[in-house]
Amino acid sequence: MSYFKNRFETLNWDEIKTSIYNKTAVDVERALGKTKRDLEDFKALISPAAEPYLEQMAQLSHAITQKRFGKTMQLYIPMYLSNECQNICTYCGFSMNIDIARKTLSEEEILAEVAAIKKMGYDHILIVTGEANKTVGIEYFKKAIRLIKPHFSSISIEVQPLKQEEYEELIAEGLNTVLVYQETYDESDYKKHHPKGRKSNFDWRLDTPDRLGKAGIHKMGLGVLIGLEDWRTDSFFCAEHLNYLEKTYWQTKYSISFPRLRPCANGIELKSIMTDKELVQLICAYRLLNEEVELSMSTRESDTFRDHVIKLGITSISCDSKTDPGGYASGQDNLEQFEISDHRPTDEFINVIKKQGYEPVWKDWDHSLQ
Amino acid sequence: MLKIADKTFTSRLFTGTGKFSSNSLMEQALLASGSELVTMALKRVDINDDQDDILKHLNHPQFNLLPNTSGVRNAKEAVFAAQLAREALETNWLKLEIHPDPKYLLPDPIETLKAAEELVKDGFIVLPYVNADPVLCKRLEEVGTAAVMPLGSPIGSNKGLETRAMLEIIIDQAKVPVVVDAGIGAPSHAAFAMELGADAVLVNTAIAVADNPIAMGEAFKMAVQAGRMAFEAKLGRQSEQAEASSPLTSFLNE
Repeated sequence: MSYFKNRFETLNWDEIKTSIYNKTAVDVERALGKTKRDLEDFKALISPAAEPYLEQMAQLSHAITQKRFGKTMQLYIPMYLSNECQNICTYCGFSMNIDIARKTLSEEEILAEVAAIKKMGYDHILIVTGEANKTVGIEYFKKAIRLIKPHFSSISIEVQPLKQEEYEELIAEGLNTVLVYQETYDESDYKKHHPKGRKSNFDWRLDTPDRLGKAGIHKMGLGVLIGLEDWRTDSFFCAEHLNYLEKTYWQTKYSISFPRLRPCANGIELKSIMTDKELVQLICAYRLLNEEVELSMSTRESDTFRDHVIKLGITSISCDSKTDPGGYASGQDNLEQFEISDHRPTDEFINVIKKQGYEPVWKDWDHSLQ
Repeated sequence: MLKIADKTFTSRLFTGTGKFSSNSLMEQALLASGSELVTMALKRVDINDDQDDILKHLNHPQFNLLPNTSGVRNAKEAVFAAQLAREALETNWLKLEIHPDPKYLLPDPIETLKAAEELVKDGFIVLPYVNADPVLCKRLEEVGTAAVMPLGSPIGSNKGLETRAMLEIIIDQAKVPVVVDAGIGAPSHAAFAMELGADAVLVNTAIAVADNPIAMGEAFKMAVQAGRMAFEAKLGRQSEQAEASSPLTSFLNE
């Protein structure tokens, strides 16, 4: 059986990091001149040497993205079902050691959230929970998907890693997409940031996309939590992972997200603080590496930043998000998992998308499709 | 005039509805293109909503709708999606596209043939999107598809007729209309396909993503007309070499 772990074990963090930082303008120009780019080109494009080429990268990324995705922007919204969690993650607002009120939505409360979200116009939904296997496990997810499915064309989840058979059960219930971020591909750093709970098992998480691929998931989302480690090296590992998955599970679609930690997240010290310029560089580098991958952006980023990256390669975007379970129906948001920067209501943001000459796409999937 | 199944078309330019910066711009560009057959993805429309924005903008008598099955990964899903589309949109026309590979969106020949056979038996007018595979096109014709739609190059790539050699064989052999679909990135590509003898072309990305989609729609209209006219007028023979002497046969005249 094929697992990314086998490939991962041949990759050396320090060597890759050095190789990225040793890339020169010549490497960047070679990468820019090609029409089909490889992982070595990606290294050059995410290296410090590429910084002077940012405008050129942005223009290429813009053109390539439009060719594949057109002048459209897909919309989705997260729905937090639970903030119960038995993991300690140093950067997360749901971490077990943080003293907040814990809540898991009942069936009635889920339906109230669904009704509130439907009023906002959304048709693609992302279910989010912490990791509490006893109360929020496979049975809870099955029940939730059954309740939600009739109301949305596409259902994604961002929950704890599950077993292959469990994914298969959820897919049979109508699950379309699973997001599972490795957080960091540096194993020792991963252990530092995940000291307790099932999430501390690095390999179990690393194998998750393989389990999803084997379960035949329609789409999966990858990413690293930017800030935990050197973002360039971590992103390279993520691109390696994507490359492996695309070749192995060729019937699955992929998306990449860019969750960026703020300097003061949970009071932890960040190893690497990514600037706006660097995030644009990373988005464009992914697009130049892979013309087909979906690139996704959340409301962690600021209004101004989000307005500008619409044209740079992002293909799906959330807005008006509440990270508090039950937040849409109650209108409150006081149990945040992470700090939301863009608080604009949906209508306002839709106008921004339209003004830039993009069609907001609410529906790009159908009940009849798996 | 082009005839497919029971319909005749004065325009040989078929169009798609994706990737436009707004649905009203799509409407104007498609009107400018003169297209009479317009394909749209079932997954993009809400077939239970008679106020669906895409469908509203396609509500013109000259637009015949061609629902497509984009997103399905096998024959079974395609047949199910087709039945839903027929019921909701009240047309038995169908662009059958089955691409299990979401990266390059290349059509699966085995599942396509299987689904086509079933759908034809079920009364659909099937226009299958396929790779430029002459044998597959004949097999599809034999199970009763109303046309074949081979690709010029990978969808959305704007690369033109990279599959030219195979397209020529398909056009030569076909007893049903051949619609070159996918990869046509410029009016000159469309004109070229028509000069080769294609019965029609299907264009989406090149119009939708142009700076001025309305003008580009019109440019494609003219290119398709010019290409067809050239085909009917019979192009002069093309040769890269002069033919001055006959070294092998001149002895016959001595």
